[in-house]
Amino acid sequence: MINKRLIARLDIKGPNLIKGIQLEGLRKLGDPQVFADRYYAQGVDELLYIDIVASLYGRSKLTEIVRRAARDVFVPMTVGGGVRTVDDVKELLRAGADKVAINTAAVARPDLIREVAQRFGSQCMVLSVEAKQQAPGQWEVYTDCGRERSGLDVIEWVQRGIELGAGEILVTSIDKEGSRSGFDIGLTRAVAAVADVPIIASGGYGIPSHVKDVVNVGADAVAVADALHYNRITLPALRQSMREMDIPVRKVNV
Amino acid sequence: MKVTIIDYGMGNLFSVQRAVEICGVTNITLGTTPDDIIGADCLILPGVGAFKDGMQGLKAAGLVEPIKAYSGSGKPLLGICLGAQMLATTGEEFGTHEGLDLISGRVTKIPAQAGEFTQKLPFIGWTPLSAPRTNGFADTALQRLNSEESVYLVHSFHLEVADSADLLATYDYGGVPVTAAIQRKNVTGMQFHPEKSSVVGLRILSDFLAQV
Repeated sequence: MINKRLIARLDIKGPNLIKGIQLEGLRKLGDPQVFADRYYAQGVDELLYIDIVASLYGRSKLTEIVRRAARDVFVPMTVGGGVRTVDDVKELLRAGADKVAINTAAVARPDLIREVAQRFGSQCMVLSVEAKQQAPGQWEVYTDCGRERSGLDVIEWVQRGIELGAGEILVTSIDKEGSRSGFDIGLTRAVAAVADVPIIASGGYGIPSHVKDVVNVGADAVAVADALHYNRITLPALRQSMREMDIPVRKVNV
Repeated sequence: MKVTIIDYGMGNLFSVQRAVEICGVTNITLGTTPDDIIGADCLILPGVGAFKDGMQGLKAAGLVEPIKAYSGSGKPLLGICLGAQMLATTGEEFGTHEGLDLISGRVTKIPAQAGEFTQKLPFIGWTPLSAPRTNGFADTALQRLNSEESVYLVHSFHLEVADSADLLATYDYGGVPVTAAIQRKNVTGMQFHPEKSSVVGLRILSDFLAQV
């Protein structure tokens, strides 16, 4: 069995790590490096940085944050928020990112997916999809961190994104984000049915069994944010719970 | 010891450089010229992206022959990810392209279909490695890696060696053995990212550098 990845998600505003509640209410939690160091020491499989206002204001401190992290953190980093061009991708990769996650700019100009995949490889090009349920079995793509409707159907957009070269799909449920009520199972199952690339499920983690629920419908990785930031659970404890539930995870000596 | 990391515009040099620093090396050069390469005590060829673009980058910088000459000198050469793939004779991503031909073999797409199961590509994640050689990982950078430890890989292509003696490490992807490392004499290729494989990866890199 292939190990499922446990990813720490760090939502960034300016220089700070923040916590979002359904991507609306915000609270500053502090220096993201403090959290990155902690998760690295705890054996995190990957870090996911998302600048939640970069799409709005068109600039980002993210490159500095990533470069700082890459000095001391030796696990893969996926970085998103405000990535608009191939040059933006190049800059983030040079700063230490391994993959970039693109949402708003890809919706605005889908060819960006193809350009990034051709230049840096599909494995670098993560399609970030923010999904909000519209009806049973139907979700709409939102952009600008859940603020703008796109009119696109999530499943059709995921298929298109993979055709254009996306090598991984980050699926964030706007409905579940910050709810602690579990990942959006229907959404993940529907995306998994059409995706032949890895899927990261994000939004809704509350208790370890939620991870099992979403892995069982096809998630290859899960992103956990404030449960880790607020120490409601630690990565070693989550890893141990996964093992007890027979979910394969990397063995870490910490 | 002077470690040269080849900078030909492909990928994440910063993490490789930091990882080498953490291993205690103080004399690190980002090499862009033939002289940088010939003068190295240890040469690292990193890289992310497509095979063809990588080889074009090396050719455009005039580095193909210097890398081959360096390799012939017997000093250690480490390819990482795309850098490991480019050690092969040919690459078959977006057409067939010539590689450095330091380890005989072809870079091909990982077979995603094994029996009734279809595996996802790219492979992204952490996995333990197996040693196909009878003496395991002895006398290589992987000598201290145990069967429970994992390394990080992200790729859709891998190097199929022509001579099985060059195959250093594999992992199992749904029943298919995928190449994770190759080695022939002083030339080592790591498909995995030692610079992104946490303390396990840093230890592997450190053991590689200790051979210098």
